[in-house]
Amino acid sequence: MAAKRAENNPSSGGTGVTTPGLAAEQLVEAFRQMLFARNLSERGFILQRQGRMGTIAGAQGQEAAIVGSMMALERGRDWVVPQYRELAAMVYHGVPLVQIFQYFMGAPRASRFPAGTKVLPIQIALAAQLPHAVGLGWGLRHQGDDGVVLVYFGEGAASEGDAHEAMNLAGVRKAPVVFMLQNNGWAISTPLKLQTAAESLAARAEGYGIAGEQVDGNDVLAVHEATARAVARARAGEGATLIEAITYRMGPHNTADDPTRYVEPEAFEPWEGMDPIDRARERLGAEGLLEEGVEDELRTAIGEEIAAAAAAAERSAAAGPEGLFEEVYADPGVRLLRQRSELIEGNR
Amino acid sequence: MTEMNMVEAIRDTLAAEMERDERVIVLGQDVGRLGGVFRATDGLEERFGEERVVDMPLAEGAIAGSAVGLAISGLVPVAEMQFLGFAAQAFHQIEGQVARMRYRSGGGLAMPIVIRAPFGGNVRTPELHSDSQEARYVQAPGIKVVAPATAADAKGLLTQAVRDQDPVLYLEPLAGYRLQRDDVPEGEHTVPFGKLRTVREGADVTVVAWSAAVRVAEAAADLAAAEGISCSVVDLRTLVPLDEDGLAEAVARTGRAVVVHEAPCSAGFGAEVIATVQEHAFWSLKAPMARVTAPDTPYPIGRLEEHYVPSATRVLAAIRRTAEAG
Repeated sequence: MAAKRAENNPSSGGTGVTTPGLAAEQLVEAFRQMLFARNLSERGFILQRQGRMGTIAGAQGQEAAIVGSMMALERGRDWVVPQYRELAAMVYHGVPLVQIFQYFMGAPRASRFPAGTKVLPIQIALAAQLPHAVGLGWGLRHQGDDGVVLVYFGEGAASEGDAHEAMNLAGVRKAPVVFMLQNNGWAISTPLKLQTAAESLAARAEGYGIAGEQVDGNDVLAVHEATARAVARARAGEGATLIEAITYRMGPHNTADDPTRYVEPEAFEPWEGMDPIDRARERLGAEGLLEEGVEDELRTAIGEEIAAAAAAAERSAAAGPEGLFEEVYADPGVRLLRQRSELIEGNR
Repeated sequence: MTEMNMVEAIRDTLAAEMERDERVIVLGQDVGRLGGVFRATDGLEERFGEERVVDMPLAEGAIAGSAVGLAISGLVPVAEMQFLGFAAQAFHQIEGQVARMRYRSGGGLAMPIVIRAPFGGNVRTPELHSDSQEARYVQAPGIKVVAPATAADAKGLLTQAVRDQDPVLYLEPLAGYRLQRDDVPEGEHTVPFGKLRTVREGADVTVVAWSAAVRVAEAAADLAAAEGISCSVVDLRTLVPLDEDGLAEAVARTGRAVVVHEAPCSAGFGAEVIATVQEHAFWSLKAPMARVTAPDTPYPIGRLEEHYVPSATRVLAAIRRTAEAG
């Protein structure tokens, strides 16, 4: 499995050719965003281990797939529909970082984003967000809005019925959706070979009458280019695209996972030297875009920004029992209001 | 007032709401050219076009799930599940997504979605078409569960459902589609959620029902009257929100209650009705409350359903027992 997946990946290292579509300053920004995503994952794990927030799934190894795709969308015009690893994409598209931490700390309304933010809340049910993305794209077109919807999921979620139903419907409705399938090789402990017998998940696109392509998911430029093509196609009314970004989960599934129980050490070997951040750094270096000391400055600034947001989230008021009842209904009705009073009284 | 059956009332209401608000779109299997397998959407595609009356792929999860996205985009989707039994294949989307998105988003994403679904027995359907699965949706906080018994309420509650900011599961009794005819108010007619309907007043026993079981309760009340037992009949209309006070008062007035539903007995909504009365009107009770339900067995096919669905005879027997107890 690993060998086959490795074949899908071009060797690491810069070619000295800047990919069209991402200018030099954007390439530096992409690198910064990848450092941000990595730091956010690492900080999340530390805070969880310290008992300061709940279970979180990291993005280690998938930064190029996330950052390359999120930057191919136009902020304020296009929509991001996340699963749960794509926190960096949520922040890039307008979700305040403090709300990301509030979510994992259990604050009510943490997923109420500022008005106009075109990002849906974190989705815990795998692939459940795919039909939402299709309905959203279809609805935008119905109302003359040319926004494009990018929806993230993984190769495990691709086995869900919702993935099939959503991609089929996207084909029928010619919905302006980019299905960004991050194939990281693992669904918790289940390897790709037990998830599917197919050589390519992108090949499924043909069965739905939508466009499909595989891309080196650890190459931020390649991901950006493929996503930009898919966005342009969707914007032009040509319908949906399934992009399979071949990547690798460098860490555990989430803070509750113990990969030593199921991963053979040699499974990582083909991926050594393929860290998307290392590859982006090499590319920048080859093109003379990363001056000495810049990365350290970026890392310091990112670390401070993330630490400040986490601290601010911890300072937000702890939720009382009334938090349970907020926004269950627009109009809660007598019965729920009684339950609310009883619960608050009972806790006194 | 115009006399019509329930399916006509539903069709007219959908047309009126689509006319009133261009954000309203109808989606489901066979809702377009065919006009729905029960003709509840007959003529809508001709009138409003195939962009607003949308024939969907045969995938219940995609129907409910895409409704979430359509609502986020600013539309008001009215989705049809061809039969409630098949909504099981969309249950994860209805329970985990449609019902929860408002809560999950802290009120940022309203879900003004209606999911219409016919259900209930006595029409000789194939397997899985008639199951009364309303209680499982009552256990899905965030969605309202509405079950009209008359054509007038079909209009009033559907109008309210389309205009409501919360998602609504709107249950239509298969047996009532054509059989239930009554006077429907013309023009604007809404019925608020959470207010039960007193079908008839009586002194001895209160019979509680919703949807098609209301007709059975009324028939049983007629039979009881012939024996000198005076029954009150109430139609809950909406299970969520539940009219707790109206229910407790209706039972307290007689001190005796029989609940009738087509779903299996265990953990059916009848259990919730009885628990609620017990909490709010225990000291008014003169006799144990009774349930007349389907047995805890799968819905049968063919003529066996005559034994499965509560009949007026079975309800009458429960009324007698309750009236004589204590």
